[in-house]
Amino acid sequence: MGSTGMAGLAHGFSVALEWHNILWCFAGVMIGNLVGVLPGMGVLSAISILLPLTFAIPTVPAMLMLAGIYYGAQYGGAICSILLNLPCHPPHAVTCLDGYPMTRQGRGGVALGITMVAAICGAAFGILQMIFMAPFIARVAFSFGAPEICTLMLLGLLAGATLAKGSPLKGVAMTMLGLLLGIVGTDINTGVERFMFGQVELSDGVELVALSLGLFGIAEFLKSVNHTAPVNAAHARLSMADMWPSRAELRQAAFPILRGTLVGSLCSLIPGTGPTIASFVAYATEKKLSRHPERFGHGAIAGVASPEASTHSAVQGDFIPTMSLGIPGDAVMALLLGALIIHGVTPGPRLIVEHPDIFWGLIASFWIGNIMLVVLNVPLIGLWVRLLTVPYRLLYPTALFFICIGVFAARNQLFDVAMTLGLGVFGYVLVKLRFEPAPILLGFVLGPRLEENFRRAVLISRGSLEIFISRPISAVFVSLCVVLVAGQIYARLRRSSGVVSAAG
Amino acid sequence: MDEKRRDHYAGALMALLGAGAMVQGSQYGIGSMTRMGSGFFPVALGAGMVVMGVLIAASASKAPPPPDLLHGPQTPPDWRGWGCIIAAVLLFIGLAQYAGLLPAIFACVFVAAIGDRRAKLRQSLALATGVTVFGLLVFAYGLQVQIPILGAM
Repeated sequence: MGSTGMAGLAHGFSVALEWHNILWCFAGVMIGNLVGVLPGMGVLSAISILLPLTFAIPTVPAMLMLAGIYYGAQYGGAICSILLNLPCHPPHAVTCLDGYPMTRQGRGGVALGITMVAAICGAAFGILQMIFMAPFIARVAFSFGAPEICTLMLLGLLAGATLAKGSPLKGVAMTMLGLLLGIVGTDINTGVERFMFGQVELSDGVELVALSLGLFGIAEFLKSVNHTAPVNAAHARLSMADMWPSRAELRQAAFPILRGTLVGSLCSLIPGTGPTIASFVAYATEKKLSRHPERFGHGAIAGVASPEASTHSAVQGDFIPTMSLGIPGDAVMALLLGALIIHGVTPGPRLIVEHPDIFWGLIASFWIGNIMLVVLNVPLIGLWVRLLTVPYRLLYPTALFFICIGVFAARNQLFDVAMTLGLGVFGYVLVKLRFEPAPILLGFVLGPRLEENFRRAVLISRGSLEIFISRPISAVFVSLCVVLVAGQIYARLRRSSGVVSAAG
Repeated sequence: MDEKRRDHYAGALMALLGAGAMVQGSQYGIGSMTRMGSGFFPVALGAGMVVMGVLIAASASKAPPPPDLLHGPQTPPDWRGWGCIIAAVLLFIGLAQYAGLLPAIFACVFVAAIGDRRAKLRQSLALATGVTVFGLLVFAYGLQVQIPILGAM
C-alpha cells in the first residue's frame, strides 16, 4: 500500500503542479484567507458563491480552489481572533481567549507567528493522515452493499446532528428537514414529482447553492445587520519582524502543538465533530494538563498554539470521510460533496480509484496551498490588518449582490434567487428558535442517496428491515447509532438530575 | 421571548412541517414494504419530524443555555435592516427580469446599504456605483451571465 500511496502522491503533484491548477489553488487560498479575515463573512457563503462559477472549469481545478477556500480561511480566521478579539470564524473563537490578551500585551505578532507554526504542523499531520487512511478506509468500504451504505449514512447523519453544537434533539430535527428538502423534485425511481407545488423550476430539486446561501448568507445578514460592533484595531499594528517567536516561546509551544494536532486528528475522524469542536477540546485539554492553568486567559502561548494546531489538523482530516466514503462530516464538506456531484463525479469509496486526479491532486494541492499560505501571510499581514477594518456596512451589500448573481448563475433561474430569499428568512427564524442550520445541508446532500440505498436494501430483502441487522457490518453501524443515541439520553438524564459539569 | 416558550414554538414548527410532509407525501403513494411507493420516505420523515417536534416542546426548560462564544447575544428586532435586505433581493429579481442587470445591481446594493443605520447617502451611492461597474465587468463581460445589461429578459 505504501508504494501505491507514493505513486499516487507523485501523480497528485504532477496534477497539482500544472500551472493552471496552481493558479486556481492560489486563487482559492487567497479568497479563503480574505474571507477568514473579513468579519461577518463565512466559508460556506464564499464556497457557495464561487461554486456556480466553477461549472465553466474542469473538476480538478474547481475542487482545488473550493477546498483552498476552506483551509485558507483558517489562516485568516486566526488573525481576526488574535488581533481584534472577534470570533468571526467559529473554529478560532477559542483562540480569542489567549490570543487577544497577547495582542494587548504587545505580543500579537508572536501569537500570529506561533499560529503559523501550529498551522503548518497541524495541517501536515492532517494531510499525512489522509494519505494513509483514506485509501485504506475506501478499500474496506468497497464491499459495502446498499444496507451497509444506508446504515453508515444514518450513523454519519446522526453523529452530525447530535455531536455538533446545540441541542441534539434540534439537530436531529434539522437533519430530517434537510432530508425532506432533498426529496423535492422528480423521484428518480418512479418519476413522480414530489413537493413541487406546481413549480416547474423545482423539477431538478432545490438548488444546493440557493439552500446554502439562504441559510448561511442571507440569514446571517438578517442576524448581523445593525448589530456589529465597530472594529477596534487599536492594538492591531504590527510588522513582519514582530512575528518571529523566540526560542523559549517556541519551546513553550512545542508540546501544546503536538497535543493539539492529535486532538484535531481524532476529532476529524468522528463525523460531526469538525474543527470547531476540535479547537475547544484542545483548549480544555491543554488547560487541564497545564501546570499553570491560571495563566490561561491572560495570554498563555499554549492557549493559542494548541487549539490552532488542532483546528488545522481537523480541517485537513475532515476530508477523509468525505473523500473515502462520500459521507461529509460537516456543512462545508457537504457543500464540497455537492460540488463533486454537480461536476458529475459520484462520491463514495470508488472515488480514489476512479478519479485519482481529484483525490491525489487535492492532497498535493494541500501541501502547496498550506506552504503558499504561510509564505504569503508573513509579508501580507499588514494588508490583512487593514482589511480587518473594512466596516460591515460596506461588506454586506456587496456580498448580497454576489449571492443574487451567484444563485442565478447556478441554473439561470431568477426563481432560485427568490427561493434563496425565502430560505434565508426561514433560516433566520430557525436561528432565532435556537436551531443550528448546519445539519440541514448534511441531510440535503445525503438525502437522495440515503433514500435510494434504503429502497434498494429493502427490495433485496423483500420488504424486511431485518437485513440491516442480519448483515454483520451493517449491524455494527446500527449498534453504533444505538450507542450514540443512548449516550445522548444518558448525558441528558445526568444533566437534569443536577450534576452540572463545568466544561472548558 | 423566554427559553421555554421559544422551545414550544420550535417544537410546534417542526411538528407542523412534519405533519405537512406526511399529508402531502401520502398523496404520492406509500406502497408497502415490498413495493415501496414514492410517498414512503417523505411520510416516514414527516412522522419523524412530528416526533422530534413533540420531544423538543416536551423537553423545553426555563433555564437559558450556557452562554458560549459561538452564539452572540439575542438581538432586538431590526425592521429597517430586515426590510432593506429583503427589498434589495426582491428588487434584484424584479429589475433583472424587466429592466436589466445594470439597474438590478445598483438597486440591490444601494437598498441593502441604506439598511444600515450608520449609512450615509453619498457613501451608499458610491458603493452601489462601484459594485455595479465591477459586477458588469466581471459578470456581464467576463462571465457572460444570461441577463441583458439593459432591457427585459
